[in-house]
Amino acid sequence: MSNLEILLILIIAAAIAYYATKRQAQSWQASRDKTKLDSLPNYYGYFGAICTLLPALIVLSFWSFIEGNIISALVVSKFERLSALNASDLSLVMNEIKIIVESGLSEKNSNDLFYEKAAVLIERYSLVSLFLKVASVFALSILGFMYAYLKITPRFKARKKVEKTAVYLLLLSALVAILTTAGIIFSVLFESIAFFSQISIFDFVFGTHWSPQIAIREGQVSSTGGFGAFPLFWGTILISIIAMIVAAPLGLISAIYLAEYAQPKIRNVVKPILEILAGVPTVVYGFFAALTVGPMVSGFGDRLNEFGMSFEIELFAGLVVSSESALAAGLVMGMMIMPFILSLSDDVINAVPDSLRDGSIAMGSTKSETVWKVVFPAALPGIVGGFLLAISRSIAMGSTKSETVWKVVFPAALPGIVGGFLLAISRAIGETMIVLMAAGVAANLTANPLNSVTTVTTQIVVLLTGDQEFDSIKTLSAFALALGLFVTTLILNILALQIVRRYREQYE
Amino acid sequence: MNNLEIVKAGLNKRYAKERRFKFYGIFSISLSMLFLFFLLFDIGAKSIPAFTQTYINLDIEFDKKLMKLQDQDSYSEETLFSASYSKLGRNALYKLFPEVTERKQKKALRQMLSSGARYDLRDAVLENNDYVGTTQNLWVLAGDDIDAFVKGLIDRNIPEADRRVKDYQVEWVDTLEAQNKIERRFNINFFTSGDSREPEQAGILGALKGSFYTMLVTLLLSFPIAVSAAIYLEEFAPKNNWWIDIIEININNLAAVPSIVFGILGLAVYINLFGVPRSAPLVGGLVLTLMTLPTIIISTRAALKSVPPSIREAALSIGASKMQVITHHVLPLAMPGILTGSIIGMAQALGETAPLLMIGMVAFVADIPQSILDPATVLPVQVFIWSDSPERGFIALTSAAIVTLLVFLFFMNLVAIVLRKKFETRW
Repeated sequence: MSNLEILLILIIAAAIAYYATKRQAQSWQASRDKTKLDSLPNYYGYFGAICTLLPALIVLSFWSFIEGNIISALVVSKFERLSALNASDLSLVMNEIKIIVESGLSEKNSNDLFYEKAAVLIERYSLVSLFLKVASVFALSILGFMYAYLKITPRFKARKKVEKTAVYLLLLSALVAILTTAGIIFSVLFESIAFFSQISIFDFVFGTHWSPQIAIREGQVSSTGGFGAFPLFWGTILISIIAMIVAAPLGLISAIYLAEYAQPKIRNVVKPILEILAGVPTVVYGFFAALTVGPMVSGFGDRLNEFGMSFEIELFAGLVVSSESALAAGLVMGMMIMPFILSLSDDVINAVPDSLRDGSIAMGSTKSETVWKVVFPAALPGIVGGFLLAISRSIAMGSTKSETVWKVVFPAALPGIVGGFLLAISRAIGETMIVLMAAGVAANLTANPLNSVTTVTTQIVVLLTGDQEFDSIKTLSAFALALGLFVTTLILNILALQIVRRYREQYE
Repeated sequence: MNNLEIVKAGLNKRYAKERRFKFYGIFSISLSMLFLFFLLFDIGAKSIPAFTQTYINLDIEFDKKLMKLQDQDSYSEETLFSASYSKLGRNALYKLFPEVTERKQKKALRQMLSSGARYDLRDAVLENNDYVGTTQNLWVLAGDDIDAFVKGLIDRNIPEADRRVKDYQVEWVDTLEAQNKIERRFNINFFTSGDSREPEQAGILGALKGSFYTMLVTLLLSFPIAVSAAIYLEEFAPKNNWWIDIIEININNLAAVPSIVFGILGLAVYINLFGVPRSAPLVGGLVLTLMTLPTIIISTRAALKSVPPSIREAALSIGASKMQVITHHVLPLAMPGILTGSIIGMAQALGETAPLLMIGMVAFVADIPQSILDPATVLPVQVFIWSDSPERGFIALTSAAIVTLLVFLFFMNLVAIVLRKKFETRW
C-alpha cells in the first residue's frame, strides 16, 4: 500500500467523519427541545474531520521520512561486513542492495550471496514497517474520530477550536520560509566544514590554482594546490563588472527618461516591452550569448587583429580572443539585469516628492537666495534630509530639467538606486546559465575580457552534475563554493533591503 | 555683470546639456529595445528550419528475407515488432542508384536516410500487416546532413572537403529532386517524440510533459502554502514581534537567493536526506516550490492589503469571526491579485534551469515521462542539453524549443495581465 493510497483513504475517512459529526449536530438542532448550538453544524463537521485526519497525517509523514534511514541502520547493524565500511563505500553497497530489492528477489541477478541476504532482510523490515505504519495511521484516524464524536455536545465551542487549528496551520506555512533558509544553511554548512578540515580557508580563498578534477583519483597526493578558488571569484567579479557597466547606465538613464521626460503614453508602451527582457529565461540568454554574441565578439577581436596587422605594427599583439569570453557573457548578462535596475530605479525616482522638483524649477528662476532659505525649508519640513537642502540651495537659477534630475531627484533617490544596484549585483553574481554556456570552464586569472574565465556558479554545476561520490573532496568543494555564494548574496541582499526600506520610510 | 547676465551667458550651454541628456535617454531605451528585438529575431530565424523536415520517396520492398521473417502467410504482432527493418530503406536506395558500388559511397548512400527510418517502417508495418511481402511507395525520413543540405544550411558552393555533404551525395539529392522524390514537410516529430541523439528524430514532447508534471507539483504545493503564509503574516501575525520580523526578512531574502543554491538544497536535503528519486518531476517541483513561494507570498500580501478595511469592518460588525471575514470576504476579493502573482511565479518557475541541473534533470531521457516519479527533463533544461550537442541540426531544434518555451511564457503573462486589467478594482 503506497503513501498515496493511504492518503486517499484518510481523506475519504475525513469526509465521512465530517458528515457524521455534522449530522449529529443537526440532529440536536432538529430535536424536539430545539437545542441551541454553540456553532453552525458545519463547524462540528470540520472538527470531526480535523480530529480524524490531522494526527494520522502527522504520523504518516513523519514515519515515511524516517523509515528508510531506520531500516538501513537496522540492516547495517545486523551485518558486521557493512558496519565495518566507511560512509561512502557503505552508501554504494546499500544502493546496490536496494537495486536488488527493487528488481525483485526472485531473479537471481547477483552472484554475491551476501547481497541477497541483505536484500531479503531489507524487504522483511520494509514489510514490518509498512504494516506498523498502516496500522498506527488507521488506528489514530479511528481514535481521532471517536474522540471528536464523544467530545461534541451542543455547548461545545466547535468554531473556536476549528479556527484555532486553522491559524496554527497558517503559521506552519509561514514557517516554511524559515525552514527553507535553515535547509539551505544545513545543506551547505556541514559539507563545507568537512571540506575546510582538509583544505585551509586561506588556500581556498587566495589560492590561484583551481583544478579539482585531478584530485578525485585515489592514491594521488592530495592536491593542495588544486582548490584555490581565487580565479573563480575573480571570474565572477569580472563578469559582474562588465554586466554592471552595461546595465547600470542603460537601466538608470532609461528609468530617468521614462520617469521624468517621457509622455505617459510612451511610458506605458515602452516599460512593459523592456520588462519582457526580465521575463526571458536565463537559458535563452545563455544560448544567445554562446551562439550569437560570443562569435560576434571573437569576430570583432579577429578584425582588430587584422586591423593591427595592416599597419604593420604590433598594435593588438597578443590579443587572444576565445569563442567563450567574459565579455560575451558579461554583455548579455548586463542586458538581462538591465530591466531589473530599470524598474527598481523607476520606483525610487517616482517616490521622490514632486514638491522637490517643482521647488527647484519654479524657485530658481526668479527668487533670490533669501527666499530659498525661507520658503523651501518651510515647505518641506522633515521630508528631506539636510544634505538635500544643501544641494538644492546650490542649484543655479532657472534649472533645466536635466539639472533638476541630476541635482535634486537623483541625490534624493540615490539610496534607493544604490540599493537597487546592490540587488542587481547580487543577481549577477548568482546567475548561472549565461556564464555556464558562454564564459567557459577554464580557470584563468586574467583581466582581459576577451579571454575565457570561469565563475563560482559554473564550477558548482560542473562539479555537481554527472557521476559523483557524495563525500569526495571534489564534491565537497562545490558546497564550499555554494556557501561563499550564499553568504555573499545574503550580505548584499540584506544591505540592499535595509537601504531601500529606510529610503521608503523617509518619504512615506 | 549682474545675475541675469551670468545666467544668460551659461544658458545655451545648459540647454545643450539638457538636449544631450534627453538624447542619452532615448538612445539607451532604443538600444535596449533593439537588443530585445535582435534576440527574439535571431532565435526566431534560427528556429525556422526545425519546423520542417526532409523526406525521401522510396519504393520499399518489404522482403521477408530482409526482414528476417520465416515464410508464413500471417504474422503475430510480436514477430512483426521484433523483425529487422534496418535493411529495407537502404535496399530501396541501392535499387534507385544501382550505379553505386564502391563501399564508401554505399555507406554515404545509406546515410541519406535517418537511422530512425527503420522505426517508422516498423510502425507502418504494424499498422498495415499486409505490407509484408509487397512493395510500397513510402516517404522516409532523411538523415540530418541531407536535411540540412536541402534546407540550404549547407552551402554547395564551398569546397567538398569543408562540408559534411559529399559531392556524390549532392548529385543524388539533385537526381531525387528532379524526380520529385524529395520533399520538405512539417516536422510533426518535433511535437510528438522525446529526446534523441539524432537531431532529425528528437522532439520536445518528453520535455513538455516533464515541465507539465513539474509545474503541477509546484503549483499544488506552492499555491496553498504561499497563500496560507501570506494570510497569516498579513492578518494574524502579531505586529512588532521579533520572530515575525525574522520570517519577513527571510521571505524577502529568499526571493533574492541565487537559484542554484536552491538546487543544492534539493540535492542535499530532498535527494540525499529524504531519498526522493533523482531526476524526477517530483523533486524538481519540490525545489521550484521553495523558489516560487516568496513571489506568491509577496504578491498575495499586496493583494490582501489592497482590500479596504471597510469590508472587514462591515463583516465583523454583523458578527462574523475573523476567520470568516477572511475566508468569506477578503480572500475572494483578493483572488484576482493572488492569481496574477501566482501565474507570474509559475512563469518564473517554468523558465528556471540552474537548480534543476543540480538534481539530475539534465540526464538524457528518451522516454516520455508518465508520472511525477519517472526520470524526466523540462523544457529549459532540454534547451540547455541541446545547445551543448555538436550536431548542426540541434541549433535549429534548440531555437525551436526556446520559441515553444517563450510562447508558453507569453501566454501565461498575457493571462496574468488580462486578469489584472479585468478585475482591477479601485476602492
